[in-house]
Amino acid sequence: MDKIKSLEMVNITKKFPGVIANKDVHLKVESGEVLALLGENGAGKTTLMNILYGLYHPNSGRILINDQEVKIDSPKKALDLGIGMVHQHFMLVPSLTVTENVALGIKFKSKFSMDLDNVAQKIKLLSKKHDLNIDSSLLISDLSVGERQKVEIIKALYFNANILVLDEPTAALTPQETDDLIKWLRSVIKEGMGVIFISHKLNEVMNVSDRVEVLRNGKNVFSTPISKTNINQLARKMAGHDVELPTVERKNKFGNTIIELENVWAKNERGLDALRGVNLTIRKGEILGIAGVSGNGQKELAESITGLQKIYKGDIRFKGESIANKSVQSIIDKGMGYIPEDRLHMGTIPGFKVKENLILKDYLRSPFSKIFLLDRTYIKDYCKSTVDEYDVRCPNINTPTHALSGGNIQKLILSRELKREPDALVASYPIRGVDIAAVQYIHEKLLEARDNDMGILLITEELDELINLSDRIAVIYEDQILDVIDTAEADKSKLGLLMAGIKEGSR
Amino acid sequence: MAINEILNLILRILTVAIAVSAPYLFAAIGEMFSQKSGVLNLGVEGIMMLGAFVAFYFAWAYESILLGIILAVFVGALMGLLMSFVSVTLKAKQGISGIGLYMFGWGVAGTLFRLFIGGVEDIAGLPNLHLGFLSELPILGKLLFSHNILVYLAFLLVPISWYVLYKTSWGLKVRAVGSTPRAADTMGTNVNKIRYQCVILGSMLAALGGAYLSVAQANMFANDLVAGRGFIAVALVYFGRWKPFGILKGAMLFSIANGFQRWYQISGSTFPYEVTVIFPYLLIIIVLALSHEKFAEPTALTVPYDREFKG
Ligand SMILES: Nc1ncnc2c1ncn2[C@@H]1O[C@H](COP(=O)(O)OP(=O)(O)OP(=O)(O)O)[C@@H](O)[C@H]1O
Ligand SMILES: [Mg+2]
Repeated sequence: MDKIKSLEMVNITKKFPGVIANKDVHLKVESGEVLALLGENGAGKTTLMNILYGLYHPNSGRILINDQEVKIDSPKKALDLGIGMVHQHFMLVPSLTVTENVALGIKFKSKFSMDLDNVAQKIKLLSKKHDLNIDSSLLISDLSVGERQKVEIIKALYFNANILVLDEPTAALTPQETDDLIKWLRSVIKEGMGVIFISHKLNEVMNVSDRVEVLRNGKNVFSTPISKTNINQLARKMAGHDVELPTVERKNKFGNTIIELENVWAKNERGLDALRGVNLTIRKGEILGIAGVSGNGQKELAESITGLQKIYKGDIRFKGESIANKSVQSIIDKGMGYIPEDRLHMGTIPGFKVKENLILKDYLRSPFSKIFLLDRTYIKDYCKSTVDEYDVRCPNINTPTHALSGGNIQKLILSRELKREPDALVASYPIRGVDIAAVQYIHEKLLEARDNDMGILLITEELDELINLSDRIAVIYEDQILDVIDTAEADKSKLGLLMAGIKEGSR
Repeated sequence: MAINEILNLILRILTVAIAVSAPYLFAAIGEMFSQKSGVLNLGVEGIMMLGAFVAFYFAWAYESILLGIILAVFVGALMGLLMSFVSVTLKAKQGISGIGLYMFGWGVAGTLFRLFIGGVEDIAGLPNLHLGFLSELPILGKLLFSHNILVYLAFLLVPISWYVLYKTSWGLKVRAVGSTPRAADTMGTNVNKIRYQCVILGSMLAALGGAYLSVAQANMFANDLVAGRGFIAVALVYFGRWKPFGILKGAMLFSIANGFQRWYQISGSTFPYEVTVIFPYLLIIIVLALSHEKFAEPTALTVPYDREFKG
C-alpha cells in the first residue's frame, strides 16, 4: 500500500442498541495536516475512530484511501494500511514489557523465535529520534500515564503509521507533557503524517489543528478551517447553544473546619513515602484546590482521606473525629464523597448497569431498600430523575456502564456523589475528559455544593479550573504541601513556580 | 528402620513419584495453555476419561498402544474443539460448559466401556525403556533412566512449553490474549483463533494424560481410573502460578506427598487412613494460600471476548 495522502470516511452509520452513535458521518484528512474532531461526550467521536480502526463494523458507509475504497474489517487491516491509533483508554498489556507490547504486532520470520533485541533496538532508535525517552525493558504496569501514551505513540510509529488518530491524548497528561506532545505533533506533520486529534480542551485545539470537524448527536454539524473560527463558536457548535463558564463570586465567610490533616505520613504501593508530614484544613463551604504536577502525592492524599490508603503517622479528622485508617465504609457513612481519578475502575463497576452504579453507595439504606429487599420502583424513579437532572447521556438506565462514553461515565459518578449530599467531597480531576458544556455544568454543581456548605478538596492540574473554583490553593510538591495561598493572591505564574518546587523568598 | 531402609524407601517413593506425575504434567500444562489464553476448561477430567478409554480400547482390541495414543489425542482435539466452540464462539459461561464437558466425557467413556469391553481386561502396557548403561547406574539408573517414553515426554514438555510461551510470538500472543484481549486485538492478533488453538492443544494434552493412565500406568481401564486427577491438574495450574516450572514443582510435590502417604498407610500404622489421604491436598492448599505473585493470573480468565463491547 502506498503512503496515505488522503483518507475519507463517507456516510458512516453505526447503531448500537438504543442509540445511533454515527449517522451519515463524513470526514476527510490529508497527510501533513491536523484535523480536530470535536463533539460533546457521547457525540460519537470514539465510535467513528473505532470504525476507522476496524474495531467496529459500521452499518453502512465507505472508507476511501487515496480515493480508492478500502475495507477495514480488523485492526490488523488498519495497521497494514498505515493507520495508527492512540485509544482513549490505552490498549496495552500491563503484564508485558514495552518491547513485548510492540512485538505483539510484528510478524516474525521464524515461528520458533522472536528477535526481541532487534525490536528493542528499533524502539530505542525511534524514541531517540522522536524524543520519547522510554526504557523498553520496563513492564507497562510500572509506567505512568504519560509514559504509557509514549508507548502507544511508539507503537504507531513502529508500524509506519502515516495517519495517526489521537483520542483525547492530553486528557490525563501534565501540562509539561502536553506541551511536549504538541511539539512532537508539529514535527511529524512536517514529515507528512496526517493526524486526527480529539480533545475537549479547545485552546489546545486552536493551537494545533488546521481544520475542525464538529459532531453532535452522531451527525456532522460544522466544519471549518481553524483560521475562520474561535473557541466560543466551537463550544456553541458542539453544545448547540451558548456556553459560558460560571463566574464565581468570591466568598469570604466560611464555616468551621470539617476535614483536618495533621502531620500525615503515608507510603505508596512501592513502599516509598508518598506523603510526608502533610498538614491541611478544609472548612465548610470552601473549595480547597490542590495544585501540583500529578504524581507528587495527590493520589495518596485523596485516598488517605477516603480511607483507601493507610497512613502510618499523623491523624486525619473529619467533623472532629479521627478517621485515619478507618474503613472506607465507615468514612462514607460519616458523610464523605469521593470522585476518584480512575473513573472506569475505581469510580464505577464497568459491567454493572447505570442504575446499579448510581445506587452503589446507598442500596442498603432506606428508601432504596426496605428491610432487605431493594425497592425497584423507587430505584428506577430515583435513577431516571438523576440521569435527567445531571444530563448523563445513556440509552437507558439498564445499559451497562462501560458502554457509556467517557465523559458520561464521569457525569454518572458526579451525580452519584453529589446527590448523596455528603458533608465533604474529595474530587480528583473531576473534568478529565468531559466536554466543555459538561465542564460548565460540573463547575456549577461544585460551586452550588460549596454554597450549600459542603467542604470540597479539589485535585486538578488545570490551573484555570483551580483559580476559578478554589477559595484557597494548596501546592503539593514532592509529597509535601509547599504552601497554601488565598486564591485572590494567586496567579498562574506564581502557581507554576510553586508547582515546580520553587518557593519565593525561601532558600 | 535402618538408614539403608530409609534411603531405599525414599528412592522408591521418588521413582514412583516421577512416573505418576507424568499424567498430571500433561493435563496441567495443557490446562495452563488454555487458561493463559483466557479459557477456564474444567472439563479436563472428562477429557482424560475419554482419552484413557480410547487409548485402552485400541491398545487392547488392535494391540497397538501407539494407535491407541494417537486416537486418544485426536479425540481430545475434538473435545477441545467442542469446548472452544461453546465457550469462545457461543460465549457460554466457562465454568458450566467445562462441567458439561466433564460429564460428557465421563458418561461416554463409561458407556463405551460397557458396550465394547464390559469387564476387567488388561494389556501389557507401555514398556519401560532400557537406556543402556544409564539404566544400569546405581540409584540414578532406577530413579531417572528406567521409565517409559511418555514420562520423558511429559518432563520434556515443561521446558518446551516454557520456551513456546515466553520465547515465541505465538506464546506472546497467548499471554496477551489472556490478560488484555482488546489490546491484543488492536495489534492485529486474532483473539478467538488463539483461544481455539490453546483450548484444543490443552485438551489434546489432557487426553494424552488420560491415555497414560490406562496404557502406561494401570494397564487397564475402569470407570474410576482417572479419579479426580483432572481436577487436581486444574488446581496445579493455580499452584504453579500459570508457569510450566511452577506446575512441575506442584506435580512433583503432590506426587511425592502422595507416595509418602501411601507408604504410611501400608506401613501398618493405626492412624485413620482417611486423614492421611488428605495430606497431599492439604499441602497444595497451604502452598497456594502462601504464594502470591503479581500478574500471575491471566486477568481475562473466563471472560469471552466481544470486539464491539468495551470493557
Ligand atoms: N460498545 C458500545 N455498546 C453500546 N453503546 C455504545 C458502545 N460504544 C459507544 N456507545 C454509545 O455510542 C455513543 C457514542 O459514544 P462515543 O464513545 O463514540 O462518544 P465520544 O464522542 O467518544 O464521547 P467522549 O467525549 O465522552 O469520549 C454513546 O451514546 C455511547 O453510549
Ligand atoms: Mg470518546
